[in-house]
Amino acid sequence: MLLNITSITFEQGLAYALLALGVYLSFRTLDFPDLTVDGSFPLGGAVAAVLIFGGGSPLVATLAAVGAGLLAGIGTGLLNTKLRINPLLSGILMMIGLYSINLVIMGRANISLLRVDTLFDNLAHVFGVSTSPTLVILSLAVLVPIVIIILTWFLHTNIGLAIRATGDNAQMIRGLGADTDKTKIIGLSMSNGLVALSGALVAQDQGFADVGMGIGMIIIGLASVIIGESLFRRKAMSWILLSVVGGSIVYRLFVAVALRLGMPPGMLKLITALLVIAVLAAPRFRGTWERLSRWKGRNHA
Amino acid sequence: MRKLQYAVIFVVAISLCLGAVIGSGCGPAQQFTIGISQLVTHAALDAISDGFKDGLAEEGYVEGENVEFIEYNAHYDMPTNQIIAGILIGMNPDLILGITTPSTQALAQAQQNAGTSIPIVFGALTDPVAAGLMDDPEHPGGYITGVHDLGPIEQHVELMFEFLPNITTIGTIYNPGEANSVFQIAILQDICDTEGLTLVEASVSTSADVLAAAQSLIGRCDVIYIVTDNTAVSGLPAIVGVCEDNDIPLFIGDITSVEGGAIASIGPSFYSMGVTVGKIAARILEGENPGDIAVTSGEPTLLVVNTAAADRMGVTIPQSVLDRADEIITE
Repeated sequence: MLLNITSITFEQGLAYALLALGVYLSFRTLDFPDLTVDGSFPLGGAVAAVLIFGGGSPLVATLAAVGAGLLAGIGTGLLNTKLRINPLLSGILMMIGLYSINLVIMGRANISLLRVDTLFDNLAHVFGVSTSPTLVILSLAVLVPIVIIILTWFLHTNIGLAIRATGDNAQMIRGLGADTDKTKIIGLSMSNGLVALSGALVAQDQGFADVGMGIGMIIIGLASVIIGESLFRRKAMSWILLSVVGGSIVYRLFVAVALRLGMPPGMLKLITALLVIAVLAAPRFRGTWERLSRWKGRNHA
Repeated sequence: MRKLQYAVIFVVAISLCLGAVIGSGCGPAQQFTIGISQLVTHAALDAISDGFKDGLAEEGYVEGENVEFIEYNAHYDMPTNQIIAGILIGMNPDLILGITTPSTQALAQAQQNAGTSIPIVFGALTDPVAAGLMDDPEHPGGYITGVHDLGPIEQHVELMFEFLPNITTIGTIYNPGEANSVFQIAILQDICDTEGLTLVEASVSTSADVLAAAQSLIGRCDVIYIVTDNTAVSGLPAIVGVCEDNDIPLFIGDITSVEGGAIASIGPSFYSMGVTVGKIAARILEGENPGDIAVTSGEPTLLVVNTAAADRMGVTIPQSVLDRADEIITE
């Protein structure tokens, strides 16, 4: 049973970690509350599914999904910078519009990838093994660190630093001559590219893409980011990104545990939330516990 | 002379009118508008819609000739579902078809708000009484009637025993937010209690949750059985994948999903349910009061078996089942 929970946790935790990294890029780095995620996640799934189902190479399909995510992010960026639409509303508008776009892309609400070769199946063929959750975990365990390395490098380049500065104090770097419109668009584009990549990989892992698969993804992304930050307090960029991945894995762990507890099914969401609260609150009680122990110790002495 | 002229003109005018009426053909010369509200797209629900149109066509109500269909799909978005109901009621069509419980409930509510009395027929709805649409399915007494899709769950469990006489635990996945599923799970739990089986449940709220739910059942049950839950069925490929990878036999509540990779099911085809709803609709269009038409179940009941799925899940199909099967899927 432990092995089973570990397997589920890492499989989904790593696949959704890319979503969390994308959300980190927009919410924390760019300080832009980007709700496009609920639309760009299924967009990635839809583009990948349609191309794979139609006989295309899964690798090309996944890259195309990333491209679609990049475009979605540019859309949100343009709405905010050129049309001066409020950041939150820009994301919402893109999310709403993407719902219809995803339906058009897929031609229907749901595409099954069960009987076609996905990226994971192709990898399995290359290594001469069968597709299994272990293979998925291993391939993601290679991919996610690569993404983190690339992202860390990027955020130390001139553009990357400009993006970080835009999130910190947009006015200041505008005064120094930087084009915050450009940095926002690039940042949002990359963020949604990552989210769409996550959507494409999740669709291939779970065997289908569904127009509703993005509902609530922004919440899960944010939860992952915040859990990661609270549990693994680090300053260096690569560690911060790793902690976001850790947060995604921990969140999935809670969901897996809650499912196994065998509670009344309607309680699943509440149990998950309570587990998250317990973990986040624990550091606070550590202080109280230490004080209590010292007080007891003093009285006994 | 004048009076004669008027008389002639009068007679000619009447003849022209009569001629137009007769000339437009026998049968229903009137143009009918029928609204359709479907909650989400999946094979079973689409089959109801197709069956509905075919059933009406068999009774002389043909799309493009004397019937215009106005169709909306909410794509599982509840606010959109409400809006669709409002739009359809507002159009004041001759009849509206609601496909699934939430779609029909929204239509009934919109009707109540508008104070209209448009006949509503439903399909893919499991329990009209629990849905609050009527008190007595034998005599609905209002503006709503239709065909319920409650499958013979007892027969499904018997079928599972026929395949695997030694099962002790059934695993299931459903969305507790779907009233039709909760109703069926309660029935399933009763049957399990009677038969001494344990029921292990995994809940989902969107299709993205289905994979994790299926994986959480690995090693905790002998078979997996899925009721007609729209969320779980949307994620059927994920469930089939997990069952095939782990040799867990998968059974399901609706026969349309057997094609999707489940081993077997018994029930009316959703298409034939749709045809029955279509014929009920035709009776209503001809003047019958929907309140007098009892809610029926679909006919006929078929046993559908998927031999390829059984192979992939490491299950042998008993010959007795193969002999009885109405439809055998081999792919």
